[in-house]
Amino acid sequence: MREGLRWRIVVALFVTVLGLAYALPSIPIVGNSPLGKVLPEDTISLGLDLRGGIYLTLGVDVDKAVENNLSQTGQDIRSVARDESINILRPRMVGTDKLELVLLRADQKAALNKLLADRFSNVVNENPVDLEDGKVRYTLSYTSQYREYLADLALDQAVKTIRNRIDQFGVAEPDIRKQQDHRIQIQLPGLDDPERAIQLIGKTAHLEFRIVKDDANLENAQRGIVPPGHEALPYMVRNQAGGYYESVLVVERDAAMTGEYIQDAYVNFDQFNQAYVGINFNESGARRFEQLTGEYTERRMAIVLDGKIHSAPVIQEKIRGGRASITGNFSRDEAHDLAIVLRAGSLPAPVTILEERAVGPSLGQESIDQGVNAALIGGAMILVFMVIYYGMSGLVTNFVLCLNIVLIMAGLAAFGATLTLPGIAGIILTIGMAVDANVLIFERIREELRRGLTPLAAIAEGYSRATLTIMDANVTTLLTAIILYQFGTGPIRGFAVTLSLGILASMFTAIFCSRIIFDMWAFGKQRTKLSI
Amino acid sequence: MGLSIIKPDSNINFVGQRKTFMALSLVVMLVCLVSLVMKGGPRYGVDFAGGVMVQVSFDRTVAPEAISASLADAELPGLVVQRIGLAADNEFIIRASLSDANPETMRSSIQRSLATNLADTSFEIQRLEMVGPKVGSDLRSAALEALYYAVLLIAIYISGRFEQRWFIAGIMAAALATALYGLGKLGLSKPYLVVAAMGLTLVLCWRLKLNFALSAVGALIHDVFITVGVFSLLDKEFDLTIVAALLTIVGYSLNDTIIVFDRIRENIRGRTSPTYAQVVNTAVNQTLSRTLLTSGTTLLVILALFVLGGSVIHDFALAMLVGIGVGTYSSIFVASPILLALSPEELPEEVEKKEPSKPKYAEV
Repeated sequence: MREGLRWRIVVALFVTVLGLAYALPSIPIVGNSPLGKVLPEDTISLGLDLRGGIYLTLGVDVDKAVENNLSQTGQDIRSVARDESINILRPRMVGTDKLELVLLRADQKAALNKLLADRFSNVVNENPVDLEDGKVRYTLSYTSQYREYLADLALDQAVKTIRNRIDQFGVAEPDIRKQQDHRIQIQLPGLDDPERAIQLIGKTAHLEFRIVKDDANLENAQRGIVPPGHEALPYMVRNQAGGYYESVLVVERDAAMTGEYIQDAYVNFDQFNQAYVGINFNESGARRFEQLTGEYTERRMAIVLDGKIHSAPVIQEKIRGGRASITGNFSRDEAHDLAIVLRAGSLPAPVTILEERAVGPSLGQESIDQGVNAALIGGAMILVFMVIYYGMSGLVTNFVLCLNIVLIMAGLAAFGATLTLPGIAGIILTIGMAVDANVLIFERIREELRRGLTPLAAIAEGYSRATLTIMDANVTTLLTAIILYQFGTGPIRGFAVTLSLGILASMFTAIFCSRIIFDMWAFGKQRTKLSI
Repeated sequence: MGLSIIKPDSNINFVGQRKTFMALSLVVMLVCLVSLVMKGGPRYGVDFAGGVMVQVSFDRTVAPEAISASLADAELPGLVVQRIGLAADNEFIIRASLSDANPETMRSSIQRSLATNLADTSFEIQRLEMVGPKVGSDLRSAALEALYYAVLLIAIYISGRFEQRWFIAGIMAAALATALYGLGKLGLSKPYLVVAAMGLTLVLCWRLKLNFALSAVGALIHDVFITVGVFSLLDKEFDLTIVAALLTIVGYSLNDTIIVFDRIRENIRGRTSPTYAQVVNTAVNQTLSRTLLTSGTTLLVILALFVLGGSVIHDFALAMLVGIGVGTYSSIFVASPILLALSPEELPEEVEKKEPSKPKYAEV
């Protein structure tokens, strides 16, 4: 008995000290004091509902990313084929997942097949169809594995791009992660101007250069009638007075070049003090741009950003050196944000905001104050009640209840869990459950005392009988907490974590720790009266 | 010895009154059902229905009608403006459904409309929640699934723990998984699937004679249903935190029920009374003091949360108040009577015969 008790006291003290070490740094006064430097650095992180900030769920249109990629591959096939003197017409997209290209001479079929098989192994080549005038129509698509790979890649790239943009925008402790179904979850704590941040994040910044069909009928285009392989895009035209009116231009459906080759972007001003964004291409981009401008000299080239034409200058000559500029109706801020997104890279696909939750910092503070107040008052009422109802034994309960709360805080800090408002509710609920465990034990001890057992025997009997009941009751609650964690998101998960921690802590304190106090009280002396 | 609410020798005849209380429960459930049917199901909040909710505080007195009027040009479908807190706070919640509106411009269009049309007062957007329809329906199915899996796991756990029938409980789980897979293939939508599964669980528990599980699950469904019903009666909204509250109620109600069941099992082993009815009644009486104490203290804390916890947590606390109240009632008046109704009148002989082979429980 003596040995057992000593051993249990050591365990309880060890856990208590460990608990205090992890719990204390989260209290600001301690965390900032010299003591705080010795203790572990983990503190309880507060959820966005408590400190304010934005929570976003973005959906990434990965199908669009795959489509863009296939279209790009079409360009690559054409330029590789040209190097090997195989003549094909400009490839075009059919629907969103098929690429069609026409081979001009049927006798080059074998060469093209070999080229596709050797260099473009991710492309499925359906049976080519012979057309009447010696041409052959190829229909290409990606293998499903490669589509999936590209989709994953697009999602990863989107995450990286968004992280870059947020870093340049300057937010402390952003949290960006992938979720199922091509979704991205973003948490930005303590942000003052959510709207601008959202615009910056959500901007696809999909930059394309597309060749304009100058001889198209614009009136028909306004009504949506365009030549095959072309589309009409909105165009903001600047008039003499400095204002803008919206028009359309007919451009080729496939981009001649995209913004992925951008190395740098910056804001500059023209002679009218109008802001524009200058871009520098990287090496391969510069080469591509040179080739493109050489091929389409004296044609107009539209600069398309997220489906809108910003300018459509006429290409005067082949442009070397890899510089271009985007003019348009930008304010300085707009030009600045556009430069950020172009520099951080464009999103591989359009993103849509599926979910947005924002809490202002003042409300967060108010919520935490109210939650903590309610918890303190509720807890205090229980402490008083337990002493009135159970006397000295109630004091024991109060002691282990406090230890319980310390352990929950320590657990939250050590596991890096987030404390949310429902989490505070979880702690309050746990206090209720912890009281229950103590009540179960005490009621049992009272019963045994009434049966005429000595205090010592009643304590032993009461604990052993109540323990299994407490286990049963708590395991089921733990089961629901686990399910809550599995299916819940954000604040709900926080609640589940606190609840689970609380149940484990309450079993430890109510069954293990309070027993030690009773055993110490009873130890060695034949006590005849127990205040319970 | 300290105070006591319930006298140690209390012997209230709960079992004798069971028909009255069963009738009461059925009437309340019927009222809840009628309310739910008339209102076309629970009133889903932004989390589940999709939509936008904005909490705004103004620095001057503004009438809710003025706010609705000022938002007219934002063309928000299903616009509702509601005052929260005290009149002096000038805090309002603006809700709208999303439908075809562009979620990305929602924030700016609300902000712009308020700023132009209520130019004489400045305002601050304190909280904004915007959930797209797709995410809303995902959250809805996840919440339903969570409730269902919680009930299933609990049924299995109780069958295993109380009747040592882990194997049969396992069979039940397998049968359910198969049935659910089949129903899913038929293209049944998630909510119906979960309701079907819930019914199937009850039928399986009944057919496999998993009496403890059936009674506990019956009490759970009773508690959750009534809480949902009360929310419907009060016209309160259902969101993610309410689901958290419901799952907590599930856990709590079960906690209560299991403690009574534990005592029933103990009394059966000890053969304290000749009939099942008496055993159950004694067990309920023996645990009554604990039941009232625990519920009392828990309710005390939740009451503090309800009164002082602030607007964000108010409905959560309300759900917990209702749920824990109903859960306490059901562990006394619903779970045990169902168990009694399913059980034989006399205590089963086999329990005693089997006892030596279960040393684990000999001391309980």
